[in-house]
Amino acid sequence: MSIVFYVIAGLAVAGALAAVLLKNTVHCALALTVAFAGLALMFLELDAQFAGFAQILVYIGAVAILVVFAILLTRGSETPKDTVYSRNWIVGLVTAAGIFAMLAWAVLHSAQALPGPGGTTAAVPSVTVMDIGNALMSRYVLPLEIVALLLTAALIGAVIVAMHEKESAK
Amino acid sequence: MTPLIGYLLLAALLFAIGLAGALTRRNAILVLIGIELMLNAANLNLIAFWRYGPHPEALTGMMFAIFSIAVAAAEAAVGLGLVISIHRHAHTTDLDAMNRMKG
Repeated sequence: MSIVFYVIAGLAVAGALAAVLLKNTVHCALALTVAFAGLALMFLELDAQFAGFAQILVYIGAVAILVVFAILLTRGSETPKDTVYSRNWIVGLVTAAGIFAMLAWAVLHSAQALPGPGGTTAAVPSVTVMDIGNALMSRYVLPLEIVALLLTAALIGAVIVAMHEKESAK
Repeated sequence: MTPLIGYLLLAALLFAIGLAGALTRRNAILVLIGIELMLNAANLNLIAFWRYGPHPEALTGMMFAIFSIAVAAAEAAVGLGLVISIHRHAHTTDLDAMNRMKG
């Protein structure tokens, strides 16, 4: 494992921890941006340039901004007086810790079954954005169309759900 | 420790952090942030398996991750729209205060 991996992993984990632990909701959204940036750097380190830049565009550019807008629209930036955690937070914490322990155990005990030469000398896949575009337009054209339909439906649905209903409010 | 195991452990840790956030926070937006973290951790798994898998030129894991990013964006838009709608209705985003399904 290279030093770069540990630095980026520390950044991502610190951002994620801050995003779920901080009291102020706006600070949580900003910490979430740091976690997304860490994951985008991780994608770039994995030689997945297209996915890394898509992560930056979609998550940091769109989702994080959307979260900030939602926080401001719902006045969630006011830090509550009492606790910010749920009543039965201990159950959630134990569940999350148990799932992490199970996943880590499964990963560490399946080292032989994992693919690849395993060393740091694994050949860098020579995949260009052109290859990805060709694959999207040939082999994966049907999923691409379905995703386009899904995004359109989600856009219309989100607008309708969040739209102000004057008639029914009367 | 091989690189792939490191990435898988990091993804498991991020998933657990996101799950803990989604299960323990009271604010509905923070629950959505936790869900986004979990989706991102899954994407990291897909990319890591694509990078260290036997056939990276087939682009399967990469495509899976790209489509997953698109679906996660749609999920975030609809989820935050729902939170805004619920806030307009109940004047709170505190999940502990929402204890009835009837508006």
